[in-house]
Amino acid sequence: MNEPKLESLLQDTGPARPDRRRFLRGSLALGALPLIGGCSISDEPLVEKALLKTSRFNDRVQAWLFDPEQLAPTYPESMITRPFPFNAYYRPHEVPRVDSERFRLQVGGQVAEQRPWSLAELRALPQTDQVTRLICVEGWSAIGKWGGVRFSDFLRRIGADLDARYVGFRCADGYYTSIDMPTALHPQTLLTLTFDGQTLPARYGFPLKLRMPTKLGYKNPKHVEALFVTNTYPGGYWEDRGYNWFGGS
Amino acid sequence: MNTTAASSTVERAESKAPGPRPRVIHPRWLRLTHWLNALAVVLMVTSGWRIYNASPLFDFRFPDEITLGGWLAGAILWHFAAMWLLVANGLLYLSINMATGRFWRRFFPLSPGALLADLKAVGHGRLSHADPRCYNTVQRGAYLFVIIDLVLLVVSGLVLWKSVQFPLLRELMGGYETARYVHFFTMVALVGFVVIHMAMALLVPRSLLRMIRGR
Repeated sequence: MNEPKLESLLQDTGPARPDRRRFLRGSLALGALPLIGGCSISDEPLVEKALLKTSRFNDRVQAWLFDPEQLAPTYPESMITRPFPFNAYYRPHEVPRVDSERFRLQVGGQVAEQRPWSLAELRALPQTDQVTRLICVEGWSAIGKWGGVRFSDFLRRIGADLDARYVGFRCADGYYTSIDMPTALHPQTLLTLTFDGQTLPARYGFPLKLRMPTKLGYKNPKHVEALFVTNTYPGGYWEDRGYNWFGGS
Repeated sequence: MNTTAASSTVERAESKAPGPRPRVIHPRWLRLTHWLNALAVVLMVTSGWRIYNASPLFDFRFPDEITLGGWLAGAILWHFAAMWLLVANGLLYLSINMATGRFWRRFFPLSPGALLADLKAVGHGRLSHADPRCYNTVQRGAYLFVIIDLVLLVVSGLVLWKSVQFPLLRELMGGYETARYVHFFTMVALVGFVVIHMAMALLVPRSLLRMIRGR
């Protein structure tokens, strides 16, 4: 997987910077996957294994709790958080600049129609928008307005195997993540092209962001350049480092 | 446990209840759930502090040295593992407590007047722990308070964990952001209880022994 360069990782600007820095330092020292460094109890591999097992169990509990009909609350535009917070594992000036003319969304895996999509083609599809609350794994939340193509419509249009288990995403900034199919088909899951009525700005994920008000922020990939439908667990950037995979809200 | 005991026969009922040892004050299930709860609370609070540090509500952080998890993901792994222990053990405690009738015998009657009188006695250092089979009114109030506090902690935690899936609880808590404050202040109340509870146990060491041995 195309991992971001270490330099950019170390210049993390998210609100949880000290934690992530500490984690990165730990990973440099120990190499492998030091999920819970710095605490003597949890340096025990057995404890770590048990915790990760419980996290997998929590994935299943969340999939069971997830109600495909249950909508996240929506808000009036007056409640939109301005300025909307920027959050990534790099600084705002390091945001990838994607050429809108050359951009093509790659579509792969268990999909009937595997042709790439230009931005103009995506913009020509029926659009919808919604004002919802983004909840970050760190605890804070912010209300924003995203617009774009209902993801379930898009998946049906490309002939995706809707019985497959996962949809995976790869992004222009090296980020990657994956979601469960029921969430992919949720009516509020949008393949967004706009933020607050404008073309999606670079800092919020130009040209494409998958927005799910039913999942935590790190499950909502920005700068999406490829998506694939699969039955093989694709993991994710933060998920592979210990964050819960389902990440539901 | 004997479920037919009225309040006047509590002492006889409890003293002859489980097994050969006489005068058991705390039955085995109570001691077990008490210490499992203590473990769950320590894990939940210390990992919760680490999660708080990722995005503090107020102008302070908890020192990393007293938190659990090492970083945010580790703390969340602990928090969402220990929550099962806290909730399962809490439900076990509440159901046995209610089913045996102990809950009603031990915690009631609880009148504000008696509570005030006993609180005054505390102020004068005269509150009686003489009869271990009978909670004084301050104890009744404190233990009921911490049970209710824990229920609120769990409910606000559920809203933070799954605010979309539990719309009723979310509205009850006043929305996601308000639930963060409820979760924080119920934690503060819990920690406050634990500090006083431990101080009292050290002041009356026999009470600590009883929670270990039952007698």
